[in-house]
Amino acid sequence: MITSTLRRVLLVAKHASFQSRCCVASSRVQYSTVYDSNEKTFDKILIANRGEIACRVMKTCKKMGIKTVAVHSDVDASAVHVKMADEAVCVGPAPTNKSYLNMDAIMDAIRKTGSQAVHPGYGFLSENKEFAKRLAAEDVVFIGPDTHAIHAMGDKIESKLLAKAANVNVIPGFDGVVENVEDAVKIAGDIGYPVMIKASAGGGGKGMRIAWNDDETREGFRLSSQEAASSFGDDRLLIEKFVDNPRHIEIQVLADKHGNALWLNERECSIQRRNQKVVEEAPSTFLDPETRRAMGEQAVQLAKAVHYSSAGTVEFLVDSNKNFYFLEMNTRLQVEHPITECITGLDLVQQMIRVAKGFPLLHKQEDIPINGWAIESRVYAEDPYKSFGLPSIGRLSQYQEPINLPKVRVDSGIQEGSDISIYYDPMISKLVTYGATRAEALQRMEAALDNYVIRGVTHNIPLLREIITHPRFISGDITTNFLPEEYPEGFKGHQLTSEGRRELVATAAALYVSNWCWNIECSNEMTLWPPWQVEVDGVTVEVSGEWNLASALLPVTINRTPRVLQCLSRDAGGDITLQYLGTQFKVRVLSQLVSTLSAHMPEKVPEDTSSILRSPMPGSVVAVSVKPGDVVAEGQEICVIEAMKMQNSLIAAKAAKVKSVHCKAGETVGEGDLLVQLE
Amino acid sequence: MAAFAVARSRCVLLSGLKASFKTFGQVKHGAASAAVAQSELQQQSRRWYSVSHLSVQERIDRKRNAALIGGGQKRIDAQHKRGKLTARERVELLLDKDSFVECDMFVEHRCSDFGMEEDHNKFAGDSVVTGQGRINGRLVYVFSQDFTVFGGSLSGAHAQKICKIMDQAMMVGAPVIGLNDSGGARIQEGVESLAGYADIFLRNVMASGVVPQISLIMGPCAGGAVYSPALTDFTFMVKDTSYLFITGPDVVKSVTNEDVTQEELGGAKTHTAVSGVAHRAFENDIDALLNLRNFFNFLPLSNQDPAPVTECHDPSDRLVPGLDTIVPFETTKAYDMLDIIQGITDEREFFEIMPNYAKNIVVGFARMNGRTVGIVGNQPKVASGCLDINSSVKGARFVRFCDAFNIPILTFVDVPGFLPGTSQEYGGIIRHGAKLLFAFAEATVPKITIITRKAYGGAYDVMSSKHLRGDVNYAWPSAEVAVMGAKGAVQIIFRGKSNQAEQEAEYVEKFANPFPAAVRGFVDDIIVPSTTRKRICRDLEVLASKKQTNPWKKHANIPL
Repeated sequence: MITSTLRRVLLVAKHASFQSRCCVASSRVQYSTVYDSNEKTFDKILIANRGEIACRVMKTCKKMGIKTVAVHSDVDASAVHVKMADEAVCVGPAPTNKSYLNMDAIMDAIRKTGSQAVHPGYGFLSENKEFAKRLAAEDVVFIGPDTHAIHAMGDKIESKLLAKAANVNVIPGFDGVVENVEDAVKIAGDIGYPVMIKASAGGGGKGMRIAWNDDETREGFRLSSQEAASSFGDDRLLIEKFVDNPRHIEIQVLADKHGNALWLNERECSIQRRNQKVVEEAPSTFLDPETRRAMGEQAVQLAKAVHYSSAGTVEFLVDSNKNFYFLEMNTRLQVEHPITECITGLDLVQQMIRVAKGFPLLHKQEDIPINGWAIESRVYAEDPYKSFGLPSIGRLSQYQEPINLPKVRVDSGIQEGSDISIYYDPMISKLVTYGATRAEALQRMEAALDNYVIRGVTHNIPLLREIITHPRFISGDITTNFLPEEYPEGFKGHQLTSEGRRELVATAAALYVSNWCWNIECSNEMTLWPPWQVEVDGVTVEVSGEWNLASALLPVTINRTPRVLQCLSRDAGGDITLQYLGTQFKVRVLSQLVSTLSAHMPEKVPEDTSSILRSPMPGSVVAVSVKPGDVVAEGQEICVIEAMKMQNSLIAAKAAKVKSVHCKAGETVGEGDLLVQLE
Repeated sequence: MAAFAVARSRCVLLSGLKASFKTFGQVKHGAASAAVAQSELQQQSRRWYSVSHLSVQERIDRKRNAALIGGGQKRIDAQHKRGKLTARERVELLLDKDSFVECDMFVEHRCSDFGMEEDHNKFAGDSVVTGQGRINGRLVYVFSQDFTVFGGSLSGAHAQKICKIMDQAMMVGAPVIGLNDSGGARIQEGVESLAGYADIFLRNVMASGVVPQISLIMGPCAGGAVYSPALTDFTFMVKDTSYLFITGPDVVKSVTNEDVTQEELGGAKTHTAVSGVAHRAFENDIDALLNLRNFFNFLPLSNQDPAPVTECHDPSDRLVPGLDTIVPFETTKAYDMLDIIQGITDEREFFEIMPNYAKNIVVGFARMNGRTVGIVGNQPKVASGCLDINSSVKGARFVRFCDAFNIPILTFVDVPGFLPGTSQEYGGIIRHGAKLLFAFAEATVPKITIITRKAYGGAYDVMSSKHLRGDVNYAWPSAEVAVMGAKGAVQIIFRGKSNQAEQEAEYVEKFANPFPAAVRGFVDDIIVPSTTRKRICRDLEVLASKKQTNPWKKHANIPL
């Protein structure tokens, strides 16, 4: 027991250390590339993007002594990328087609600011040949490949033909545009199910559907063409054989305008949901040096065949026998480029800028190392309990990146107070950890996820942490079907072991009691100090920690194991929400008296949800397929909600008559809004 | 629905958590509900000097035991079946363990009509449990009506017991908490019962502003009985099991021919969202009592007591970076005032009062560097944060409570003005709006005001402006202190003239910023939003010794 005077002294010390921790410089990637100030590239670059990638590009520009210009929509006026830039120009209202895709406004911004070059980031105009052409017409350098390469690789049909010609392995499939639904069914039949329907102009999983039979082909064709039209303004689709149990492994290439091309090793991107990557790593556990070289060389062959310059990515599907098939080439900087930077030491943005200016590559293929292991988790504002992640929106009321930990890199474009809106991608950040070995990188990822404070929006850290600690993931035995295979019933959060349950319960109880002690402290000289010995189900658990009830993080030592939990909420009724091993658990701590009396409390009857359809996410209503009085079958589509450019078909949970419809096409709805009521 | 089933985070409900702590063995609460005062009831002292065939000690024991089970086990079971706890269980939950000191356990009703004088109709302690105890170590007086005894109805003796503890509470300066669960007047006692109500009402009025009074409605409360909670400072309710109304659904049907259920007429939802009679509702008895304990921590014991200060874990100079971007650029776009409030308060804690009523104003308690403060804020998210009849009355009552009990007031201003329209004018917005003005003006506690965005027209004056003796008035850079918005102003100043867009821009340049107020000293400083917490904590420290008195008067005449 410590007297209260001494406690006050301790408290002061605690605050002091809290303050100083905020000042610790973040550890960042050590690039091996030298920023040669004599190598003159550009004076001013406009970054035609937003969010983390805009910030990422600006960081390198700053190192290279290049002035930066940000473009932004009106809602992004106070965004991080705007604050970070030397100049900023508003290019229109929130919807992307009126701002970040608004070429006229961006061209104006380039002229107005006198920018010599444009870095397009990824998405938006990064693979838009029209944009590249317009830049060329005004003598502004596009930091990326030539229009010709964008055009050739941007079209999935043409890119396949080119790859074939360049002796790159390709997947069997139909090499042409699908005319209509019946055509699609016929082609699918010829190739043999399962087939993949995808947008010819697509990327990033948008406009992609897998079909296992004729009906799914019809539905997939319809949804994909709608999505393709709204996302890319081009509804052409193609169909190809769907490789079962594949891995998605991609090769980073870097080429200059002098015919030199390098492959910068691979990235393993098999952990996906709905064809969008979630966790990536470099290198892959699966490739042996021969396969790696074979893939690298084919990737370089393709790059050379299209006279590629700048950074690009050749995506392959790899089957269990290490046969690899060309999937597509992304003619831009990829989202997951940081892991390649970690293991090779190259700053890809710097290389892109150099190449765009016409400098030759300084590296030879044999200079490209694999130093250690890097893992990237994409932290999204998403609810992982709904189909592995449906977008959520909100304001980041508290936000703290774990950059005080060693060998952690966080690429983000938001900060505390930022809004995650329905207009843009719900990505919060890319959390990258690296180490000498994969195990080290994984261990750091665990710690980084535990120390990541995100409040105000639902996020996918529960899922990320489960993936990176999953025995199958740790063993490296993964495919693109990892998530549906491991969580066939959907992701349900961390499943507690009996020991985990004891730890959680003990921590919650200790937290409750210390809070209770603080409350009575004002009138009572009784002082209580950890460690707490908590008896749970007959087993004693020791919990200790220097607790600051105001801090978002709760570092504790449980049975001598240090852990970082987060206390998300506490209330007077004893309800405590703890983030433990990534997942949020609601624990109710009751005194014996309350527990006994709780038996008398009435059960509150929850709303019957089978007859009401609520919007699972914020978004806009694309179509409503029913009207009051209609009879719907179980599983029948009721309406389609579009959020973050993804169309989600909502279906009836039971056969019933439609009682009332509360939404109409074109309307914006919030999460949980009542859409349709059944009888 | 299967297609998009919501997989919620795991809910681990520990109904029987058994935690024992070596460092502090007493954490375990006693389990038995009838354990109170049993230690005194030792059987060893049997002295045979009584005239009765029973010893006095035996009679004492018998009475005490009888008092402990109120209306008997059958009625206790019935009470539990309704999802309600007994009067004693409630007291035990509300107060610190073993702290309850009961008073008047032997009091019985004095009615001799209708067979009430018979022994089986007499209950030790009658239909209310009274006494004092502690909540987190702080003294409080409590009465808890016992529904198992004559439906908790109010007899003369019942009222007398309540009055006794209220008188004592006033004398020593400690709050009074009433746990109401009563069918109404004891009809058998007639006018005696009515007199009892009036005795309580008088004490409620006398205690008003002297000690905090809190009512927690945990069952029916109808007829004249409702006026006691109405006179207290805060009325809380339990969802689904408590009702407050002047007359029940049957009488309503016979008089106005309206069909209405008890719940619709006077349930928790009605009173917290529609009538504004209750200040907050809780899920069940336990939730309500535990929250009441928490709420009690914010209150001073009496008007002689300073607002309580607890040790604070949250650094008082903490910056809140999120506040720098919270006010949107478009002046018409809403944001949530609660985000600002939770951002600056200790441990993000805010006990909101009337969260579902007149949502265009937010009021509630929080702590700043450990010190209790009352917070009033316009809520731009609802009706643009305008002031209307309901929000003015809600705000005024809260401000007056804070002022009466030495609680500093923080005011966050983003108000476009008073709500126009016939319904407001006919409803008397002038009279009701004046209440808020009155309350802020007469308050002598430390008053700190932060203008976050709009402060237009008369509403600017009302919201704890410098002119109403605001001690520290800050503006954020996004503040606009003006008579009205640019558009309306230009339409008046340049009526009928062309190029109004240009004039509007000029007006915005001139007035839609904090400078006009700052150059006149109407705001003391223009501050960076992220430093708001730091500034307020520092100012409260300084203002802790503020002394200000209003001129002597019998009492002021607030426009009721």
